Amino acid sequence: MHELSIAMGIVKIAEEEARKAGASTVEVIELEIGTLAGIELESLEFVWPVAVRETVLEKAEKRVQVIQGRARCMDCDTEYEMEHFYDPCPHCSSNLKAILQGKELRVRALEVV
Amino acid sequence: MEQDVLQHNQVMAARNRGYFEALNIFALNLVSSPGSGKTALLERTLADLKETLNFYVIEGDQQTVNDANRIAALDVPVMQINTGKGCHLESDMVFEAVKKLGMKPDSILMIENVGNLVCPSMFDLGEQKRVVIISTTEGEDKPIKYPDMFHTSDVCIINKIDLMPYLNFDLQRLKDYALQVNPHLQFFEVSATTGEGMEPWYAWLRKQLEKNQ
Repeated sequence: MHELSIAMGIVKIAEEEARKAGASTVEVIELEIGTLAGIELESLEFVWPVAVRETVLEKAEKRVQVIQGRARCMDCDTEYEMEHFYDPCPHCSSNLKAILQGKELRVRALEVV
Repeated sequence: MEQDVLQHNQVMAARNRGYFEALNIFALNLVSSPGSGKTALLERTLADLKETLNFYVIEGDQQTVNDANRIAALDVPVMQINTGKGCHLESDMVFEAVKKLGMKPDSILMIENVGNLVCPSMFDLGEQKRVVIISTTEGEDKPIKYPDMFHTSDVCIINKIDLMPYLNFDLQRLKDYALQVNPHLQFFEVSATTGEGMEPWYAWLRKQLEKNQ
């Protein structure tokens, strides 16, 4: 259940940013999470209330933008959507790929008061 | 603002990596499910090579110092990290352990992660190579069930090959699955119990340390 570590990491970032802005609470936090980032969104939801209790994020609305995994085949240059690391190229079946997106795990923005 | 959630871990990992490079320490992150024989593999490797190579070990477990005691019995310097409820090691824990180890240059550092095929995959510890260990008593489809770990590893050690005559285990199938997830994986097939297949793994370790220099 590494999602708890991840949630605590998000809290740490929010606390730091709120402190810099001289704010006491965060109203909105926007996250970007790729489908290949290794984060189970349900697990993150489950640990979130515990992680944010008595922090600047306690009352924040959490907006998650999910980023679909995409790869470029290194043999035939086809770009394709991928669900799993083992999805082969739909054109030539090669497993050699460069991952273009889907590994994101970022705090994109915070709205503070 | 835009900030990577794992940034703190990555910064500390980079710090560890710089320290290892400065001292010419080859650091390995050993990951696997519980019971695949990580500690047995480590014991065998240390017993066979400790006269010719300098080793240090960091043991990660949720509880107990049992594994550290097994390594200490071989007279190899070892630090135990207990993660408590934590399911993986993070780079700042390794940083603290490394400070206490006081390593000599030109050594190999083996970091045995918590037995868990999921969570440790996300946390760079500053290692040069990540080694995933799987045993023949596990299913051949582990690489596609737990793809993140196989995707982020450089080496895959298949342990307990001495048990294959008694098992319905298809070695080629396991490799095919693993290569689907990560076409760059390098395999070693070993038995930490009988010592079979250990020599190519040792040769690889020696070569890595030389390459570092």
